Amino acid sequence: MKKFAVVAAMATALLGSTAVNAADVEVIHWWTSGGEQAAVSVFAREFDALGEDKWVDTAIAGGENARSATLQRTLGGDPPGAAQFNISRQFEELAEAGLLLDLTPLATEEGWRDFIRPAAILDVCEFEGAIYCVPVNIHSWQWAWASVPAFEKAGVPLPKNLTEFIASAPKLQEAGIIPFAIGGEAWQIGGAMGVVMLSQLGKTGHEAIYKDRNLEVAGGPEVLSAINIFKSLKTLTDEGSANRTWNDTTNLVIQDQAALQIMGDWARGEFAVAGEVPGVDYACIAGPAEEAYLDTGGDIFLFPKQEDAAVEAAQLKMASMMVNPSVQALFNNAKGSLPVRDDVDMSLADDCMKVGLDILKDPNRVIQGAGIYLTQDSIGQMDDLWAEAWANPDLTAEEIQQRFVDIIASAE
Amino acid sequence: MAQLATAKEDGVAGRPAAGSSGRKPFRLTTLMSIIGTAPLIVTAVGVFFICIIYSFVLSFTNSRIFPAFGAENFVGGEQYARLWSTGRWLISVNNIWFFGLLSIAANMIAGYLLAVFMDQRIKAEDWFRSIFLYPFAMSLVITGLVWRWILDPNYGIQATVRGLGFTDFAFAPLVSADTAIYGLVVAGIWNGVGVTMAIMLAGLRGVDAEIWKAAKIDGIPTWRTYLFIVLPMMKGALLTAFILQCVGVVRVYDLIVAMTQGGPGIATQMPAIFVIQHITDRSNVGLGMAAATMMLLPVILLLGLQVFVQWRANRVKESA
Repeated sequence: MKKFAVVAAMATALLGSTAVNAADVEVIHWWTSGGEQAAVSVFAREFDALGEDKWVDTAIAGGENARSATLQRTLGGDPPGAAQFNISRQFEELAEAGLLLDLTPLATEEGWRDFIRPAAILDVCEFEGAIYCVPVNIHSWQWAWASVPAFEKAGVPLPKNLTEFIASAPKLQEAGIIPFAIGGEAWQIGGAMGVVMLSQLGKTGHEAIYKDRNLEVAGGPEVLSAINIFKSLKTLTDEGSANRTWNDTTNLVIQDQAALQIMGDWARGEFAVAGEVPGVDYACIAGPAEEAYLDTGGDIFLFPKQEDAAVEAAQLKMASMMVNPSVQALFNNAKGSLPVRDDVDMSLADDCMKVGLDILKDPNRVIQGAGIYLTQDSIGQMDDLWAEAWANPDLTAEEIQQRFVDIIASAE
Repeated sequence: MAQLATAKEDGVAGRPAAGSSGRKPFRLTTLMSIIGTAPLIVTAVGVFFICIIYSFVLSFTNSRIFPAFGAENFVGGEQYARLWSTGRWLISVNNIWFFGLLSIAANMIAGYLLAVFMDQRIKAEDWFRSIFLYPFAMSLVITGLVWRWILDPNYGIQATVRGLGFTDFAFAPLVSADTAIYGLVVAGIWNGVGVTMAIMLAGLRGVDAEIWKAAKIDGIPTWRTYLFIVLPMMKGALLTAFILQCVGVVRVYDLIVAMTQGGPGIATQMPAIFVIQHITDRSNVGLGMAAATMMLLPVILLLGLQVFVQWRANRVKESA
């Protein structure tokens, strides 16, 4: 009996200590490259510094894998404390089913609506009047990263748009340089195609297709010319492209072995880690087009509902920490992305980031990514189409376009 | 058996095993065996039966992340119609046939040859057996990664041979949509041949030594004995090896993810990847379940085949 009492006392003591004190918050994310690691460490460090709570890092390589893990675990009743998603409709069903922590009280108290911009990125977090996620950065896909020494070696000027780039490709090849660097993963190919498409369609065409599902525009000449550019780019790649990760691909540009890569502005983090200087070692070409548009994609964190009150308190602390102005500055400088608020100290911003900030100031040059308008299912069908078109040169541009039109016609 | 258990039970309880309480302990053992097998029965019914029906029903709905069974969610065969008009699914189905036929055929032939080789009472048999079985013990992800590096044009065989001075040498199957599947077959064989060999070797060793003596007296050459006399006698081993491989092929997933991620493009997609991607990241459970149901068909056919072969064998035994 005495023994039992001792055990019981110890158990209550232990229980009590966990309930009152610290909580571990497991965070699932897919930030695994050098620049990304540097950025996520900022979050982890700042969160741990807040108090007793601990950031438990679960990095899962590949966005698709990480999101799958989060979805499966949340549905299976073992949700992580926080999980990274993209600004898109990827998680709307989780919110509708009430599996996510409602952040509205915190957001109202801190006035998120007043400082998070553009407003569209917070709209994505909102379902039926409640806020379910925290946007942490703004990323745009619409960038080309060029190696300045590579273009100098070939004796051609830096291109202003894709047509110019394709014209200069033979000279680059003669100089022993891979003209177009890409990793053959479906998301890289799909993302690059989205950029090519926007460079031909402009904002009006882009919205006509994805927002209004206008099949005439989808079947029109701009899309056809985008598909043709896409097919030419394929001929400018190297053998090792299959299966290569995006950061290994960026490294080819850093090493001046490849001339150009189309990749979102997260590539900037890799150049920064490698100690390269914009304008001297590498160049960032917005668009790549004379009239560049940027989408305001990026990352958000959502917080699946927990049974433990201590974890919930820690989740709210983490959400608040993520939009804190000083954390925003530190995090986004490491990540190469733009902060979600205007009032942070960005004196550290480099030339490329300044170009991006300038474009974002003009609302007419800001677009919404296709993922805002279409379900993940439709986006997936497009990714499959671009991946197939990329690997199969026998598909004609007209066939590809017809299938693109079919996807848009059946999109939800 | 029952008596043995009784003795044990009584022994544990510290009572003398002698006595005439023969009936009661018998019931106890029956109870024990029911308790013992219950988890298995529950798992078999729960996992294999209910879950399969559940997925089958889901495949007729338009469920996205969550199972949706409302009247408005039932869409009939719509998911199947979409499935069979999806290029990626069609490619997956073609791929699995191609991959399956090629790797199973190669595994069976090479496995048998290796087993025959091992059957020659060679000295270091244990060594060889471990070496051949080793790949099977390794995770398919590791196998896939290793082969991906070996076949990578920038680090693998191609780069090595080029480094030796043969600059025109080209061997990088994974980088082209037309040849990537062969690269996967090579890894599949490497992984599966050892276990096929082990099963076949057991089959070979099970053949009566008298048969060998008789064949020798009749002056039949060894290779003919292996091919025409022994091989037909080890039907059981062959069928086991075959079915094991078929099931492995139907659910092939990790190997592909580790080696090509279904690429280049969608050239090496497989049904299992399609299913998993659609029920998770693409949030289209209905379509994923339709694909999963299609994957079940060949498995049921195979099981049917095995049941049929066993039934026939039993009948032959009975009539003999």
